Amino acid sequence: MSLTPISAGFIPLVDAAPLIVAKELGFAEEEGLALSLVQAPSWSTLRDQLAFGHIQAAHMLSPVPVASHMGLMNGLPKLQVLSVLSMNGNVIGVSPTMAGLLEVRGYQFDFSDAKAAALAVASLPKPLRIGVPFLLSMHAELVSLWLNSVGLSAGTDFQIHAVPPPLMAQAIKNGDLDVFCVGEPWGSFTVDTADGTLILPGAAIWTAAPEKVLATRVDWSEQNEDTALRLIRALWRAGQWLDLPSKQLALAEVLARKDYVGVNSDLIDRALTGRLVVNGAGDTKHHENFLRFHNEGATFPWQSQAEWIADRLKARLGKTAQGENAEILGIFRSDLYRVALRQLGTPMPLTNSKIEGSLSAKTEVRAVSGSLSLGQNRFFDGQTFDPQR
Amino acid sequence: MSENLTIVVVEKDRDRACAIVDALAETGSHKIHVLSEVSGLARSVARFSPDVVLVDVTDPSRDAIEQLAIASDPLERPVALFVDRSNAQLTKAAIEAGVSAYIVDGLQNDRIKPILDAAIARFQMFQRMRTELETTKRALEERKIVDRAKGIVMKARGLGEEEAYALLRKTAMDQGKKVADVAQALVTASELLS
Repeated sequence: MSLTPISAGFIPLVDAAPLIVAKELGFAEEEGLALSLVQAPSWSTLRDQLAFGHIQAAHMLSPVPVASHMGLMNGLPKLQVLSVLSMNGNVIGVSPTMAGLLEVRGYQFDFSDAKAAALAVASLPKPLRIGVPFLLSMHAELVSLWLNSVGLSAGTDFQIHAVPPPLMAQAIKNGDLDVFCVGEPWGSFTVDTADGTLILPGAAIWTAAPEKVLATRVDWSEQNEDTALRLIRALWRAGQWLDLPSKQLALAEVLARKDYVGVNSDLIDRALTGRLVVNGAGDTKHHENFLRFHNEGATFPWQSQAEWIADRLKARLGKTAQGENAEILGIFRSDLYRVALRQLGTPMPLTNSKIEGSLSAKTEVRAVSGSLSLGQNRFFDGQTFDPQR
Repeated sequence: MSENLTIVVVEKDRDRACAIVDALAETGSHKIHVLSEVSGLARSVARFSPDVVLVDVTDPSRDAIEQLAIASDPLERPVALFVDRSNAQLTKAAIEAGVSAYIVDGLQNDRIKPILDAAIARFQMFQRMRTELETTKRALEERKIVDRAKGIVMKARGLGEEEAYALLRKTAMDQGKKVADVAQALVTASELLS
């Protein structure tokens, strides 16, 4: 059987693992795909490569496909989401100067209490300069939500700057930033090379944040539906392998390769095990739910996730962001995902939407056949997002 | 010749920056600023209120400029990625040449075209130079490896140089591989065993 060639782009991050594993462990080939991977230098370039057909699929920040339907990327073809590639996995950290100030103020550095961390950060000199990888990112949404909760406003109290992940450490070293939010391994890299201090995992703000997604052009999946379905299955299997407890050692070595993430495998291990070195002194904190690829329904593309993102983009970017609700709903292709996984007998949820932030613990729910367990889905301040309202 | 525009070129390499500036200067008497410092890039770009921003697509700091295109401060002039202009051919040429252009709202297509044409030509040249350099480097490395492999075969089998090379070539042909790959495998194996 001849394989269908498909190329996918990614940014050097630990959460590019599903694509890398789909290729390296042969999950793509089992689905009849000859998957080639292309490392991209920046999120905007990755998006353009996808938009202009240089690649057919991409490891993408979850808000980018949503933004492409909201007038935030004029002139570029619209994108959509075939599945979620990872949940959580970001860290929030502070510069050495800010860490010093927090210590003087008696902050506990517990790496878990988002409310306490927000109050502590609110006591720092303003405006805070905050680095995130891209303006349209879960990082920007989580940081804004988190700081808004203690009364800080974007613009006057904090300013968000786009800094490419590999350059985050240098920006801290140069004194350009006070706070940063970035995906691994670049937070750990900032700890090791720029004396940054990690204060929270992204999961402490939202325990079930859809972080990276598998994105394609809308017209591509219309014209290549069979290939799209195979890609969804290949990545689903890759994710399943990734969440096996035994895989980590070999995985870190593969991801460490120069053409993938290109850092020492020790740095990659930290995100995979959820055991992070949080400061220059080498203190370690463990977070159970640091980064999830598959388990507890992590890869299902919920329409409510698209709506949450659209809602936040409107709130944050104001009048520039528009979008019809019906169109927003269709960006996360739960329909294609269901079709793709039907033949694997995977239990599927009864609906395509859920109330985000409403599960205080892992919960067993009824599925189309049998049941499935959904992971904890909780915002740090207890808010919920009901798309029906 | 188009009227004066303010152009910002983001480029760390001095020689490349000079070459771009020279090419742009031939299209009119524009105000051209070169930014080589990644630190605080978005703010530096905004300060010049540019009509056009040019940046290498392989430069990771492109994302900082993209921020200006997505949401600019009310006091800053918004710039948009050139693709907004629906000049598909020019856009495609720019992307293939490896340059991304951000253009301020309302600027006419015919005013941009000469500038983009000049930038595209220059970036195409850089790309060709980069490819040439990589090809030469690879050829040199391959030759070094083949020479080492030849030496190993000569010593191990007591062959002359030509015979050793013929053996490498025959093995490569039999296995459907490149001589350099067979040579590399041999060098790696002999390092492991010595």
